[in-house]
Amino acid sequence: MADLYPIKVTVNGKLHQCSVQPRTHLVDFLREEMGLKGSHLGCEHGVCGACTVELNGQIVRGCLTLAVQADGGSVQTIEGVSKSGVIRDLQEAFVRRNALQCGFCTSGMLMATKELVEQMPDANRAEVRDWISGNYCRCTGYHAIVDAICDVLQQRKEAIA
Amino acid sequence: MKRDTVNLEPGIDQPKPLTPVSDDQRYIGASVPRGGIERLTQGLGQYVDDIELPRMAHVVFWRSPVAHMRINKVNAEFARAMPGVLLVADGQDLAKMCKPWVATLGHLVGMKSAPQYALALDRACWQGEPVVALVAETRAEAEDALAYVQVEWDELPSATDMLTALDPSTPLIHPELGDNLCFTRSLDAGQVDEIFAKADVVAAIDFEFGRHTGVTLEPRAQIAHWNPAEQRLTVYHSCQAPHMMQDLYGRQFGLPSSAIRVVCKDVGGSFGIKVHAYPDDFATVALSIMLGRPVKFVADRLESFTSDIHARHHSIKARIAVNRDGEILGFDMDDLTGIGPYSMFPRTSAIEGNQVVNLVGGPYKHKHYRAKLTVVFQNKTPTCQYRGVGHPIACAVTEALVDLAAQKIGMDPLKIRELNVIADDAYPTAGASGIKFEILSHQACLKKLRELMNYDALRAEQAALRKQGIFRGIGFATVIELTNPSAAFYGVGGARIASQDGASARLDPEGNITVLIGVGEQGQGTEAIYQQIAADAVGVDIAKVRVITGDTDVTPYGGGTWASRGAGIGGEAVLLAGQALRENIVKVAAIILKREGATLAVRRDCIVDASTGEELLPLAELGRIAYFRSDMLPADFTPELMVTRHYAQRDFPFIFTNGVQASYVEVDPDTGFVKLLKHWAVEDCGRVLNPMLVDEQMRGAIVQGIGGALLEECLYDDSGLMLNASMADYLVPMSAEMPDIEVAHVQTPTATSKLGAKGAGEAGTAGAPAAVMNAINDAIAPFEAHVFSQPITPQKVLRALGKVR
Repeated sequence: MADLYPIKVTVNGKLHQCSVQPRTHLVDFLREEMGLKGSHLGCEHGVCGACTVELNGQIVRGCLTLAVQADGGSVQTIEGVSKSGVIRDLQEAFVRRNALQCGFCTSGMLMATKELVEQMPDANRAEVRDWISGNYCRCTGYHAIVDAICDVLQQRKEAIA
Repeated sequence: MKRDTVNLEPGIDQPKPLTPVSDDQRYIGASVPRGGIERLTQGLGQYVDDIELPRMAHVVFWRSPVAHMRINKVNAEFARAMPGVLLVADGQDLAKMCKPWVATLGHLVGMKSAPQYALALDRACWQGEPVVALVAETRAEAEDALAYVQVEWDELPSATDMLTALDPSTPLIHPELGDNLCFTRSLDAGQVDEIFAKADVVAAIDFEFGRHTGVTLEPRAQIAHWNPAEQRLTVYHSCQAPHMMQDLYGRQFGLPSSAIRVVCKDVGGSFGIKVHAYPDDFATVALSIMLGRPVKFVADRLESFTSDIHARHHSIKARIAVNRDGEILGFDMDDLTGIGPYSMFPRTSAIEGNQVVNLVGGPYKHKHYRAKLTVVFQNKTPTCQYRGVGHPIACAVTEALVDLAAQKIGMDPLKIRELNVIADDAYPTAGASGIKFEILSHQACLKKLRELMNYDALRAEQAALRKQGIFRGIGFATVIELTNPSAAFYGVGGARIASQDGASARLDPEGNITVLIGVGEQGQGTEAIYQQIAADAVGVDIAKVRVITGDTDVTPYGGGTWASRGAGIGGEAVLLAGQALRENIVKVAAIILKREGATLAVRRDCIVDASTGEELLPLAELGRIAYFRSDMLPADFTPELMVTRHYAQRDFPFIFTNGVQASYVEVDPDTGFVKLLKHWAVEDCGRVLNPMLVDEQMRGAIVQGIGGALLEECLYDDSGLMLNASMADYLVPMSAEMPDIEVAHVQTPTATSKLGAKGAGEAGTAGAPAAVMNAINDAIAPFEAHVFSQPITPQKVLRALGKVR
């Protein structure tokens, strides 16, 4: 077994000093070492997007990122952004529109959506569909997810106006 | 039969409310958001892989790397010496604990299959079949050690191509069965040859349907925990039918079912994939018994592709006979389907083909029908029931034939359907295959669809664009879907799968209602509709209702989720339990208030005067007296504030639903690419309990159907190795390529229950492949081209257009 590697990583605002195997993926570190089960493993090869988390302000695939790559960095997971309330409007819109069924994709979908609404406040329906194409949902057919996101884009625009 | 058909959307037909279920119905029929799903938006759900138990170990499987092999020897000493390894077991080890099974059903006469074991015994019969199990302290240690398991094996000749499975030169997969035939069925309603000979026009099509699979985003997952001191087994399982699994574990391991508890927490998608009993399910239980500690199995995505069930691999030759005036005279069909090397336990792999035979031609009033079904074994992953079960195949065959016939006689495709569907006033009746229909609404649905999609304008747009070299097409699919099954599906065939379901409803001391029911939640909103039903049935605010599912120690016995039965069967049980609880509440209230029960009602968390509505006694006060102050009640009276009621649908084998879908596509004749522009669905699932949830069931199911029609296929090489067994290579629909989907409802309640609800979860998948295929063929009609092979890839479109070979 490989030697453990010490890392310092801020997870949801709190600094942790841990030792991890170099091969440990970020999402496994979060789920197994941090007990944060909200990021899910759907494919473990970077396709489905269920493990999407934020590393240093950018969304990444938790299954394609090594925990050691987060050394010195800051990670936000669905648990963190839920607690801080920054995506409460998105979460409420997802419930209101029934934009989730089984919920397995939802954490990753919301993390991807958080970045979308921050970076593209004027996104139209087609751009929303495009943006979330990195996140698979097998239940909803996407229509309701797109509705929910468009609702929030509109709400945030109206809040500024 | 008395009809109660209305439209939810005003302005199309005269809206007429359905008879309410209670005198103060507030929730049934309303788009109430699902309660309790906030946890899923906050990453606080609990899927099986999220559960960690003390001393929990992890199993991984060495799976057959080839389609067919003899297992000579398993050398495990190196693997056993690896860090953290607790146990390595092979088929011989597990066969001492877990009996083999043969998955057949008595009512599928002549069906055969071979004994199947938890781990392959001396042969492995498909790529992906589990052969050796290795348990270690951690998943990583287990995967590390798996590389040191050495299996000595010889490849055996395989039978992979279903088209040649019955050829004398093809190797026998199970020589003791005598051939590679699992099941065959012939159905002849009579006079087919004469009718086809006399008909003005006969249209014939050879169809291909690619094997595909469910790809639940949460893979199959399970924790088996045998407690040696209690001699009790607890299984946390991502599954749809906990009582079925409890029964199967009991039978295969020789345990009383009272010693087995199956718990389903959050399930990350199921779609039928998680309603079957897989070899690795039994293996994980056996390993836990051997070790006396919890063992977790979570399939990784690569093993999901070859070990989850596949479905829908059919090759079909079919014909339709019509007259020039548009009358459909009959259908004739020959279906060959390959199901892998074993029929899947316990529902069997012959059901899908059997459904195709039952359903072809289903919406129409022709009298002549002949069908032949051949179900063969092959050395590929076993197939079994996946969302829609035979419906997508039968619907695509039927609807493509109808369109081709319409094209040949120069009739509009919507018109030919309007002419031929069974009339809305003709029920109850039976289809040409013998299937019984209680009541359907094809005509109302077609009428509504025509208006919903603004059909005439769309045709005009299509024609105008064609002149500009833009090739758009419109395709229809008239759908029937079997829901609310009776015991005719499995029970009569000997499968111990409950067709009934029970629900318990309890008034808690503070006035809340707790409902316990055997049908669980996999994301459809099952618990949400039970909340709605219970709240209306008892007379409380919906926030007061808690629904508990997914635990065989706790809930009444039931069948779980399959065949679109959750709303119709489970919902009726909840309604009956809620109404019985309300009666008992009124009895208690009558005593406390010293009034006649008939003068009282329960409304909005309160006992009220039934005629004036005056509030007399809050439920919380009634609960306080009933539970804590029995001294205030007469000595000969005991409140019964928890009741259980059961429901089984026994009037028809199934309650059919119906609907119609339309697809609007654009085909690029240079690239073969298909762009989905819009999709419409009008559906009739009886009483709509929650329009938003029905819409979402339709949309999700339609997109799964589109996946099968355009993208999804388990591709194999000639030797039986799957070529695209990863999520990167196996395409499922993504948001950018999916259309917006407009859904409308017609409500024709079933009279077999008080609730009147039928199922809604599968009709979308049933109709979408047909609608999309017909739309593509409509788009390329100017080139006199057709494509009838699903998935319809750009290559197949170009081949149809003669642009590639």
